[in-house]
Amino acid sequence: MSHKLTDGGQVLHVGTLSRVEGEGGMHLEIHDGHVGAVELRIFEPPRFYEAFLRGRSWTEPPDITARICGICPVAYQFSACNALEDACGVSVPDTIRTMRRLLYCGEWIESHALHIYLLHAPDFLGYPGGIEMAKDHPAAVEQGLRLKKVGNELMTLVGGRSVHPINVKLGGFYRMPTVAELGGLRPALERGLEDALATVRLVSTFDFPDLEQPYTYLSLRPEQGYPIESGSVVTTAGTAFDVRDFPEHITEHHVAHSNALHASLDGGGPYVVGPLARYTLNFDRLSPLAQQAAREAGLGETCRNPFRSIIVRSVELVEVFSEALRIIDAWRDGTAPSVPVPARAGEGFGATEAPRGVLFHRYRLDDDGTILDAQIVPPTSQNQPSIEADMRTLAESWLELSDHDLSHRCEAAIRNYDPCISCATHFLDLTVERT
Amino acid sequence: MTIQTQALPKLAVWKFASCDGCQLTLLNCEDELMALAGEVQIAYFPEATRAVVEGPYDVSLVEGSVTTPEEIERIGQVREMSRNVVTIGACATSGGIQALRNFGDIAEFRSVVYAHPEYLSTLARSTPISAHVDVDFELRGCPINKHQLLEVLAAYIQRRKPRIPTYSVCVECKRRGAVCVAVANGTPCLGPVTQAGCGALCPAFARGCYGCFGPQDSPNTAAMSDRLISLGMADDEVMRIYRTFNAASEPFRRESERHEPARDEEALT
Repeated sequence: MSHKLTDGGQVLHVGTLSRVEGEGGMHLEIHDGHVGAVELRIFEPPRFYEAFLRGRSWTEPPDITARICGICPVAYQFSACNALEDACGVSVPDTIRTMRRLLYCGEWIESHALHIYLLHAPDFLGYPGGIEMAKDHPAAVEQGLRLKKVGNELMTLVGGRSVHPINVKLGGFYRMPTVAELGGLRPALERGLEDALATVRLVSTFDFPDLEQPYTYLSLRPEQGYPIESGSVVTTAGTAFDVRDFPEHITEHHVAHSNALHASLDGGGPYVVGPLARYTLNFDRLSPLAQQAAREAGLGETCRNPFRSIIVRSVELVEVFSEALRIIDAWRDGTAPSVPVPARAGEGFGATEAPRGVLFHRYRLDDDGTILDAQIVPPTSQNQPSIEADMRTLAESWLELSDHDLSHRCEAAIRNYDPCISCATHFLDLTVERT
Repeated sequence: MTIQTQALPKLAVWKFASCDGCQLTLLNCEDELMALAGEVQIAYFPEATRAVVEGPYDVSLVEGSVTTPEEIERIGQVREMSRNVVTIGACATSGGIQALRNFGDIAEFRSVVYAHPEYLSTLARSTPISAHVDVDFELRGCPINKHQLLEVLAAYIQRRKPRIPTYSVCVECKRRGAVCVAVANGTPCLGPVTQAGCGALCPAFARGCYGCFGPQDSPNTAAMSDRLISLGMADDEVMRIYRTFNAASEPFRRESERHEPARDEEALT
């Protein structure tokens, strides 16, 4: 809805954003043909995870923080495991790291397929949602649902269920899946890889507005492979730092119009996490098949147009299907499902690549493992300032549009980031505003 | 006999304080979603579509708990617009994990997480939907089970009662043929006091149940706690095992309070 301001300007307000995870709205002020205030408003009610984690036991965050987000619970579980294992001075064996990567591939498949087909594609094809889109494009929507289903099946096999998996614990898993069980999923994953390649071809034919985004990208980069379940931090500004130095580089601010804290990098402007950042900083780590799919879709080795994130997400689908098949083929039975993680006093830091970008956890423990302090920085908090900056740039060039069209376009621009507002709300930190 | 063509029943999906996982469960019905879209009109579901069909609605699925003054008002409006209100998940049926604030000091919670607590509008307690309006059916789980969700939707479309068992996880566990982790391995397991619905998932993965589906219809929590303690759990651990996703459900809340360390000290003095 739109209404006039007393000074002759007007305000455009979209009350509830659709096809995003969680509750948000946006607020745009236009004065004399210029864009004034731009606010991504997050009114998802706060749930205070970081407060009630205090006093809990060091073994509990993987199960508890999973409940921050039903779309990316595995991201929370593994960022928590990385941080708590770091605090306790435990490094898990490669077999456990590999099985974590496989479960995480399932979450990327489920989350990316949901976003590409049901949330994002309808913007490009002109439908209010995926279900309406299915009437004219049944094969495409069926392909999307098939992809999503394989992701959920992989998560169910390794994690027990796809929303809030039960098989993850500090130090590893309760039970390892067997070669035979994993082999049973191979045909569906092979079909999924074909569907993922078809997805890249499909979305590359969409019409993309011109927008080159100048922001700094930030992602993880592991010693080898594409960043998923581990790595240290790299940015396009040329900085590189260990995950334990994250709090020194990233500052969070509490602004009045959002229940999600905003983040900034080294005191500078907005920075972006997520598929575009991962891709641009790690193109060389993609499998040859994913690189080829990207090139055929017209992508270079970097991507700075947020609307093209749908292609990058599809290329990442190709990557995680290839990776899942590689892990399954190399898997051997008989490895220990977990290693012990005894409590000790200390502080630990952990980060993984959630489907939407870097998710950071920090915990401080007492010597009996009681949590003294917890900090969680989710990807959507980090992307909020750049989402607002994008809306400002785009709205300036779209001022001639009707309010209806303008709000529709801005909503689509927000969906480029696949924002997860449930994740972004309820986060810390008292320490950030002490200065 | 004439067949009357009727308008499809209108389905709405509402969100309160939650993680979105229960409404995602609806989209996770990949094989059934298109068939469902043919049986009901998906009239309001902002996570999936920007199209909005005006109420009243035949069935409203409500996810999440009530945690702000605005939400109290909104749940009243949802009730007015809906012939049937079905709450889905632990947040909507018991207050969810965010009900852990009910045991603490909300002012302190706010200041731990936010630099400017004055920007927030939050209630001191997280409460289930049923604390505010009449609810026609409560579907348990953190998250809900997809097959149970489809059963409930089918029941409302067919205008019959949903067939959702309220017995314990142990019944499902025996039926599944899983080995009892408590008896065989001495693993603490909340299965005896927790409602079925997950398919006894955790015991099948060699893990004890941790109570995602909340209390079963006649839970003997005192006997459960004695068993947990005999398996080696300390009082504060017993308190915490009840204080997760269904912490504010009456039987779990009462039992957790019996094991509060502060309470023991009071009893001693």
